[in-house]
Amino acid sequence: MIISIASGKGGTGKTTVATNLAMAIGSDVQLLDCDVEEPNAHLFINPVFKKTETVFAPVPEIDEKKCTYCGKCDDICQFKAIVVFGETILSFEELCHSCGGCMEVCPEKAITEKGRELGIIQKGERNSIEFIHGKLRVGEAMSPPLIKKVRSFTRPDKLTIIDAPPGTSCPVITSMKDTDFILLVTEPTPFGLHDLKLAVGAVKILGIPCGLVINRSDLGDNKVKEYAEEENLPVLMEIPFDRKIAEAYSRGDMIVKVMPELKDEFLKLYQAIKDIAE
Amino acid sequence: MKELIVISGKGGTGKTSLMAAFASLAENKVLCDADVDAADLHLIMNPAVRKQSDFQSGYTADIDREKCTECGLCLDLCRWSAINDEYEVNPIECEGCGVCVYFCPEKAIDFPLNTCGEWYISDTRFGPMVHARLGIAEENSGKLVSLVRQEAKKLGEDKGLDLILTDGPPGVGCPVIASIGGASAVLIVTEPTISGKHDMERVVQLSAYFKVPAMICVNKFDLNVELTREIENYGKEKDLICVGRIPFDPVFTKAMVQAQTVFEYNTDSETIRDIRNIWGKVARELEI
Repeated sequence: MIISIASGKGGTGKTTVATNLAMAIGSDVQLLDCDVEEPNAHLFINPVFKKTETVFAPVPEIDEKKCTYCGKCDDICQFKAIVVFGETILSFEELCHSCGGCMEVCPEKAITEKGRELGIIQKGERNSIEFIHGKLRVGEAMSPPLIKKVRSFTRPDKLTIIDAPPGTSCPVITSMKDTDFILLVTEPTPFGLHDLKLAVGAVKILGIPCGLVINRSDLGDNKVKEYAEEENLPVLMEIPFDRKIAEAYSRGDMIVKVMPELKDEFLKLYQAIKDIAE
Repeated sequence: MKELIVISGKGGTGKTSLMAAFASLAENKVLCDADVDAADLHLIMNPAVRKQSDFQSGYTADIDREKCTECGLCLDLCRWSAINDEYEVNPIECEGCGVCVYFCPEKAIDFPLNTCGEWYISDTRFGPMVHARLGIAEENSGKLVSLVRQEAKKLGEDKGLDLILTDGPPGVGCPVIASIGGASAVLIVTEPTISGKHDMERVVQLSAYFKVPAMICVNKFDLNVELTREIENYGKEKDLICVGRIPFDPVFTKAMVQAQTVFEYNTDSETIRDIRNIWGKVARELEI
């Protein structure tokens, strides 16, 4: 089973829920941190990394000796990543989406592919949790190909927990699609509710069952619960605000360690997810 | 005209609440919400929309089954596995690269332009505002960010304003890159948590990469004073201006629930004075 943990709004507690859920379950579980722009789960899990690999996106390499400046590559490229004018050809590899169209269309076979560094993938473990995350190279704009690479390590024989990035656009969709359950972590504030509605919209497009965790559930107002009721979204867990939790989080401590009584709550959450997804 | 972008790396550090507070203090400015993916500033600004426009960007392939001979060439060429065995295009997977459209021997593939959001010019009680809404699950957020920034600049120039005050997105990827390029400065709002610090360091690197001067402000500083000091020391090492600290204060949530800025909700408290001092320093740095 694959559970993706998302939110719409940032800072609602996705990583807290993902890491503590993985820690509470403890065995036969893998945690994939797909928030490759700002990966944080490793700060809490403290995995021992055993393998690091650099991930590249294919971009065109032009052999100017073969190029006749016919301009077909310029015509086919939708992203203005390759431009021909007169007897000059330029490629802007940071704009390239790696579709391979220029290489395919070139009548002179003057284009091959080289790599643009997207970032790195690291694999490690902590106790019996298998941990994988991606780190986008600072300055690189495109995160979805790196997220796909992190997800390629999904093992069907294990429970996979995905920590998704905030928002509702392509990086989030890449982290949520083809999963069995989406757990949306929200907070009962106007910003939390507004962005939750966007996230629920994305979940509906994907057609995946979902449920809510309301974090800092006693701050703000009651409108998230009212919305959940109207939309028939099950509220699977509520975590009240506790300065002890906030301070533990600030240090990188797991809340199941600081407040062991919460371990059972996370196991109940997992059971509730299984009941809905299966 | 100066342009300040408020960013954070990590989400939920208080960017938008602080940005709204600045809207109460800054004069002669246009507000801009560049967090088009999950825009929230309008929830406090309550903008009256004056002009609404579609945001069109990118294309999606669409196979005409009448013309299609199921030759399979598009399936072979598509690197996104966006076309299934029934020759239907999954619009979520389609990258809009047009390779299938170009090579289809039957010219059976249409390639319509996507409408993937809306953008607005509005009036608020704090002055004009440019904002947008990216459609759910849509691409091209970076292009929409560039568009709202351009429009905010135009509007500011037309009205002879001094400042564009922009709420930026979280992260370090496409929309953030589109938000900060060419800005006068960024203000990084962080929090004293190990994740806040980790993400702040990455966004400091990003600002340096694009040569945009950065300032740092630590919100909720009293949750972990030691880490606050570490963040400020990191800032000093990198020659960044640390403009101040704000305590953890439920006033931000209370003001948000009332759709107010903290200055409208509460006229005097330590937090209010801290924010006023921070804005004073930011304005001095911007020379406005």
